[in-house]
Amino acid sequence: MTDRPLMLARSLTKAYQVGDEALPVLDRVSLEVKPGEFVAIMGASGSGKSTLMNILGCLDRPTSGSYLLDGRDVSRMGRSQLAEIRNELLGFVFQNFNLLSRTSALENVELPLIYAGVERTARSARARSALERVGLADRLSHRPSQLSGGQQQRVAIARAIVNRPRVLLADEPTGNLDSKTSTSVMALFQELWRDGLTIVFVTHEPDVARYASRLLVMRDGQIVSDTLQTPAQAGTDLAAMRVA
Amino acid sequence: MNLAQTLPLALRALARNLTRSLLTALGVVIGVASVISMVAVGAGAKAKVEAIFASMGTNMLIVISGSTTSGGQAGGFGSLPTLTFADLRALQTQASAVKFAAPVVATKATLVSDDTNWTTSVVGTTSDYFEIRGWKPTRGGTFGRDDADTDAKVVVLGQTASEKLFGPGVDPVGRSVRLRAMPFQVIGVLERKGQSPMGTDYDDTALVPLKTFQSKIQGGLENYIAGAILVSAVSANDTTRAQQQISGILRDRHHIVSADADDFSVRNLAEIASAQQQGTQVLTGLLAAIAVVSLLVGGIGIMNIMLVSVTERTREIGLRMAVGAKPWHVLAQFLVEALSLSMLGGALGVVIGMLIAALVARRFNFPFAPRADMALLAFGFSAFVGIAFGIYPARKAARLDPIEALRYE
Repeated sequence: MTDRPLMLARSLTKAYQVGDEALPVLDRVSLEVKPGEFVAIMGASGSGKSTLMNILGCLDRPTSGSYLLDGRDVSRMGRSQLAEIRNELLGFVFQNFNLLSRTSALENVELPLIYAGVERTARSARARSALERVGLADRLSHRPSQLSGGQQQRVAIARAIVNRPRVLLADEPTGNLDSKTSTSVMALFQELWRDGLTIVFVTHEPDVARYASRLLVMRDGQIVSDTLQTPAQAGTDLAAMRVA
Repeated sequence: MNLAQTLPLALRALARNLTRSLLTALGVVIGVASVISMVAVGAGAKAKVEAIFASMGTNMLIVISGSTTSGGQAGGFGSLPTLTFADLRALQTQASAVKFAAPVVATKATLVSDDTNWTTSVVGTTSDYFEIRGWKPTRGGTFGRDDADTDAKVVVLGQTASEKLFGPGVDPVGRSVRLRAMPFQVIGVLERKGQSPMGTDYDDTALVPLKTFQSKIQGGLENYIAGAILVSAVSANDTTRAQQQISGILRDRHHIVSADADDFSVRNLAEIASAQQQGTQVLTGLLAAIAVVSLLVGGIGIMNIMLVSVTERTREIGLRMAVGAKPWHVLAQFLVEALSLSMLGGALGVVIGMLIAALVARRFNFPFAPRADMALLAFGFSAFVGIAFGIYPARKAARLDPIEALRYE
């Protein structure tokens, strides 16, 4: 495992113009994420955690500072290039799943492969295997409306890993799920992490954050604490919940 | 992802909301169907009129007494006749562009057969008349040289007159009819000609030799032709030359000084035909223009729906961008969606337009002449409409900020 950081952010600042004032949402944030980390970011609203995630995810550009993703300087790239980077290196999971309605699970998972230019048979095979990985092999042709919240999020996770990204970014992945489903989704994340995937997620629930191996806390646009921790075992918790 | 993958992506997106897609394409369907059917019907009507005029004889000119009014209406019948038999002979001998010339006088009279009677237009003329009109007999014959010069009581019937007097399918040649209380022998029946552009039935007629007409049916004014002179030019291209020659000869004979108006008029049927055609063409053009407007309205409908679609699918667009769609991918997808709508509508419109044109052609007895070039043009225009009206919503979609889009409620 190489020690070169996957994500290297230096003095990131993001300011929004409101009238003639520049409000800093991120204030000179520096951060390193190494391969194989399982990072949780916590903070109140307005702390800047979503903005940080957007920049780390190449969806937004900082007003100043630099950001290297897998050694590439993405802070000055154009929209088209960023789209390509996202497709190649990143996977996204959102609070509200963001699946295409009236579309099968398989087709949903194929989406990043379409933009990567993968041809049809390979696409279908890879999407199928991603869905198997998340335990939905028997739901390939189901539409989102025919799936539970937890299953929908699993489809979204399959979509996020189908292109074999370097980092998986999740924004409140359990925000729309009940506690049992949340735990099972976090168990899946931990499985993927143990298989070698680097994961960075944002949450406002401390119960969810304890499954990570590193905890960042943000306030007022800055990182106020950055600690390593022993991750709680989501699998064990889930078993306990099932028995109860 | 390349362009080839955009099409199935776009079609799948349209299929997700099939009813809406169909309704949106409806505007283009109606627009294209209107254009195609208008143009096809217009072309068919034009062809029919051409055929009718051709059946009248495209080399034909009519010389009538009296000058034309400003509206071009016939001022001939009813005003004092100024054409003489000597004029006729002069036209036959002196005008090089004239092939045949025949005098034509007519009146309404009743023919009486054994079983019934029938009032029809009785025409007095010479054997050249049948050459000029290109009108051949299906039974018997027309006037021989001798009949024309004598006042023989022979009559040639049109199909309608024959059917009315003797019944359909009966051969009346050799039978007798009474006209002005005198027996006339039927010597022939003419082939069917159909309807004139003015709506009258050509076949409802009976023809007798001129001398017979003048002596037995309606007394004439000795040397004057109380009717018209029918002329055929040597060829269709010579009608203008013939017209000029006829005018020249008659002005000379009637001693008309250059400043004075003619006391006759020469009508060139080819001119009347083309004036008729021009009118039809203008009308067709107007209708097609209106149809094009409706096609544009269809395009506006597409733009409208695409804008709604972009707004509705804002989150979806954000998601696509997040997983790797570049701005031009998004533009291409929405543009292809708009194009698919308009071109599907165009194809359907061509089919429906052709069907309508075929039905109208059958109902009104036109020839149905589908033109591949019109169909392609309309189809191409619908593609243009798709691009023109799809580009704005597509650009709007491509310009969305992925973060804003993902946050959209």
